[in-house]
Order: sequence, then C-alpha cells, then structure tokens
Amino acid sequence: MSQLLFKNRRPDHTVLLDEYRQNGGYQGLEKALREMQPAQIRDEVKASGLRGRGGAGFSTGLKWSFFPFDAEGDKYLVCNGDEMEPGTFKDRQLLEADPHQLVEGMALSAYALNINTGYIFLRYAYNQCYTNLLQAIADAKQAGLLGRNILGSEFSFELHVHRSAGRYICGEETALLNGLEGKRPNPRSKPPFPAIKGLFAKPTVLNNIETLANIPHIINGGAQWFSDLALTEEGAGTKLYGLAGHLNNPGCVELPMGITLGELVEEHGGGVWLGRKFKACLPGGASTPYLTADHFDVAMDYNPLEAVKTRLGTGGLVVFDDQTCMVAATLNLMRFFARESCGWCTPCRDGLPMVCWVLEKIESGQGTVDDVTMLKELLGHINGRSFCALALGAMGPVDGLLRLFEEEVLDHVKKGRCPLQKS
Amino acid sequence: MSELLSPEEITELKRQIAAVHEPRELIVEVLQAVQKQNGWVSDAGIELAAELLGLSPLQVDEVATFYDKIYRSPVGSKVIHVCDSICCWTRGAEMVYGHLQQALDIAPGETTSDGIFTLLPTCCLGACGNAPSMRIGDRLYSSLTIERIDAILDEERQEALK
Ligand SMILES: Cc1cc2nc3c(=O)[nH]c(=O)nc-3n(C[C@H](O)[C@H](O)[C@H](O)COP(=O)(O)O)c2cc1C
Ligand code: SF4
Ligand code: FES
Repeated sequence: MSQLLFKNRRPDHTVLLDEYRQNGGYQGLEKALREMQPAQIRDEVKASGLRGRGGAGFSTGLKWSFFPFDAEGDKYLVCNGDEMEPGTFKDRQLLEADPHQLVEGMALSAYALNINTGYIFLRYAYNQCYTNLLQAIADAKQAGLLGRNILGSEFSFELHVHRSAGRYICGEETALLNGLEGKRPNPRSKPPFPAIKGLFAKPTVLNNIETLANIPHIINGGAQWFSDLALTEEGAGTKLYGLAGHLNNPGCVELPMGITLGELVEEHGGGVWLGRKFKACLPGGASTPYLTADHFDVAMDYNPLEAVKTRLGTGGLVVFDDQTCMVAATLNLMRFFARESCGWCTPCRDGLPMVCWVLEKIESGQGTVDDVTMLKELLGHINGRSFCALALGAMGPVDGLLRLFEEEVLDHVKKGRCPLQKS
Repeated sequence: MSELLSPEEITELKRQIAAVHEPRELIVEVLQAVQKQNGWVSDAGIELAAELLGLSPLQVDEVATFYDKIYRSPVGSKVIHVCDSICCWTRGAEMVYGHLQQALDIAPGETTSDGIFTLLPTCCLGACGNAPSMRIGDRLYSSLTIERIDAILDEERQEALK
C-alpha cells in the first residue's frame, strides 16, 4: 500500500535531514528549482486534484489560483498547525515523524506562488513538533535548502515558527491571522479574503500541514500518479486517518483516499473494543455529523461523505460502541464548542450554551417533547447565521443526532431518564 | 526594569522583538516567559509585557485572557490539564477527572494546600489515539489508568519538592 507521508515513520523516531534526503527528500524541490516554472507547479497541483486537509476540503489548486502571485511587495505563505479539533491528531504525528516534508512542501509552494516569507502557526502544546521544526529549519538552512538563493537559484524563502497558546478558534484562518499578528484571535469579516488581504494586510495563502506536506510528493510523482492513488473516481492521494474512540487499535494511519468506513473500522481500527457492536461514529472530527453501521460501504472521501449528509473534515474517525448514549456524546461535543466559542457573535456565544442546556435537560430525564422541538429550532437559528464556521461545525453532531437518533432522544423523554444508563 | 524577569531575559526578549516584523507578534512568547518565571501572569506582568512590546496594558490583557494556557490568577507549581473532549470521554476521562479530584482533594480550578497542583479541564490535547490523556506542565501523559495516575502524581510531587 502506498505510503507517502508516513513512509519514513517509525515508533519514537524523528527523521532528520540526512535520512530524509537518503529517502528521496528535497528531490521535489530540486526538480522544481532546476526544471520547472512556478506556473507548471501550480498546474500540476491543480491537476492532481489535491483538496485541503484542514477540514473544509477546498481544492488547493483552485485556492492558489485566486492568489495574486504577480503582485509586487510582501506576500505570505502561512501553515495552519493549530490542530485543536477533538479527534484530530494527524498533523502532530506527521511533524513528530518526518518534519522536513512540511519544510520542503512550504519551500516548493512558496516558489510556485512567488512568496519569500512563510510562517508555521503551531499549537503551544506541541513541544516535540516545535523542537523538530526548529531543527529541521536550521538544518535545511545550513544545507542551502532554505534561506537566500536556495540551491543556488534566484529563489529565497525564510520560514518562521509562531506558537499559539491554545484556543480552537485559532484554527479558523482569519482568527489565526489575528493571532499571528499578536491580536486577540477573533475571526475577521470576509471579504476581503486572505488571498487578497491576509497577514499584515498583505496577500496570504493559508494551508494545513498535511496539505503542504503532500506538495513534494505531487511534484516527484506527477499529478496523474497522485490522483490515481485514491480509490474513488474523483478523489486524489492518500489520507492520514485518525482512529479513536471505542476501537481495539486506535492510532493514526495513512491509507488511500476513499477507503470504506467499514474497512477503516474493522481492519485498521481492529474493530469495536470489548467485543461490543458499532453504534455510530464521527467520520472526520468533532464537527462532522454522525454515521451509523448502515454507512460501512461509504467511501471516506469528500464527495461520498457529503452525499450522506456529513463531511470528511480532518479525517479523524471517532467510534462509539453500542453502550454509548448519543445524547450524552453530543452533549460532550457541544460543551467543547460552547467553551471554545470566541464570543464574537450571538448565535454562537448564546446559542451553543442554550443547546447544551437543552441536551443536559434531556439527558437527565427532565426533558419534554417541546425540548426536542426546541433543539430542532435552534439548529435553524444557529446554522448559517454565525460570523464564522465554528458554530456551523458545532451544530453538525446535533443535526446528526436529530436525523439518525431521534427515537433515542425521544426515549429519554418518554422514560424520564437516559435509557442507556446502567442503574 | 522589573523583578519579574532577569536583565538577561529582558535583553534576550528585546533582541527577539527587534527581529520580527511587528513587536506584538511575540506577545504569546513574552507572556509565556513571564509565566515561566513566575508561574502566572500578574497585572505587573501584563504591564511589563506591554512595555516590552510597545502596547497598552489593555491590548496585552485582551490577548492574555483569551488563551487558556496563560494564567491570569495564581496557580500551583504544576498545572494539571485534564482532557475532557470526545475521544478521552469515550475512554474514561470522567473517571480520570474524578479520581484526580479525589486523590488531590480539590475541586476543578483549585490548588492543593501544599501549593503544588492546580486542576483544570482542557480541550483536546491532540493525543486522541492514546486516550485518556492529561498534561502536567509541559509533559503529556496518555493511556491513563487509575494506577498510572497515582504513580504520575507521586513522581511529579517529588520533582516539585526537590
Ligand atoms: C473553528 C475552526 C477551526 C479550524 N481549525 C483548523 C485547524 O486546526 N487546522 C487547519 O488546518 N484548519 C483548521 N480550520 C480550517 C481553516 O480555516 C482553513 O480552512 C484551512 O486551514 C485551510 O487549509 P487547507 O486548504 O489546506 O485545508 C478550522 C476552521 C474553523 C472554522
Ligand atoms: S461563530 Fe461567532 S462567536 Fe462563534 S467562534 Fe465564530 S465568530 Fe466567534
Ligand atoms: S480528545 Fe483528548 S486528546 Fe484529543
């Protein structure tokens, strides 16, 4: 099976410059600087079908095409390494195992976009990743792979690491830019989009760690090869899937994009723990609506998951066994989102605690049918009315709960207690 | 300039501040430096950071109060952040949190009487595949069980008493 991003990964081991180069590292960058024009790289990335791995799944090539690469003056490439969505831990695995992939990916992307300065916005808690990145950057610089006149070419690229101090909203791209500038990280209003007015009010491209780490592989192998790695027709590449929750073998694995949910759970996750049955999962992190065992045949790729009203998100699968109360699980998720709301807009700041309150009432057996109706109404009041996508993502699990588990919710009301509680 | 940071630390921060695009870019680094030396960031710490960065104390405070890993009230010498997000929840986070409260004899947000541990909940630590997880100071602990928690607390306490 094709391993790109985790090719060099071994337990408790970080790949340093020499080992990275022995395994073909920086060949993509060399090839690009010696043989390719920036436009060729942009075309290749577009043709590869790569979609952003940060959660929204927007076409990377298309995003890049909106960028004014010919504009004079400062332009920035920013890597989003906030990674705070519960269930998501892939970027950390990547940086702990093989950090040069990101450094090379950023240098290559910067060359393609005519950018000379890059920032990696990293979560403060990721100490090991921070140490690894500082070393990788220093080593690359020493070897002439970063900094001035890379590999003797005309191209120069400086790379900085900025550490954050832990809030989920910092992953939202415009909040991240405020955070990076040292301001309070509330989201900014769009438009203008970061591509036009981003970091320090200059044109900025923002991409996720996994997205950028894929770029050298696309340049090495070619767009067609990369695209063909996926098991789905329109899909592309591999994906770092997180496996968490009630599985026998949780962890993080690299697999072809589009592997089915069932295969991911049964083969790679080792099946549901303690011999129990699969009840539901979040397919791609905390903000994605649930799936059930009826969806085992669905391909874990952007479009097939949208067709069943959920999202691939960050690819962090969280499994729930048959003893899990879905109201309680949803309440846990909603408490996370309510606590992480930046407080800027009313639907999110006041709406999410309201959802928590109603779910608490239902879970404790005090809920009525009117409360269930209220949940449905709140879904309509919050979705599409918030300033940024945090609140929309937060309502994903509530939407899934009401669509797939309405009977279980009503059962709480009928019985006056949680039907799954062991008394 | 201040007793919160040594003259060497202040010189080093000033050097770093001079090297970046805009001084306030380093606001988190400066606040973390103050916190590292003093355990938390007091009003005097906010004022010092403001002076170093060329900002008003209010501009610094609105950032300091946003992040949950910057403490604006006194904490123990070791802050325990227990993950209560969904993956840890599926694998016993409530048990972990309950046991810590019992073993330390404090409620969330409180500090032990010996001044060593402060207990706080946290969002996902990015260790979901080895849930349940917690962080004590800079150290991440995963795959927690009651026995392991007791051993970890012992070790951390001994280290703090050294
Ligand atoms: C509340 C919120 C949190 C987010 N957190 C992250 C994150 O931690 N990492 C990330 O790469 N993208 C995150 N995103 C998505 C980013 O806004 C952005 O779409 C992404 O970084 C773009 O990179 P990509 O095109 O490579 O996916 C978040 C979005 C929202 C609304
Ligand atoms: S939806 Fe509104 S309150 Fe919630 S995080 Fe976004 S801007 Fe802040
Ligand atoms: S949910 Fe606890 S570490 Fe991610």
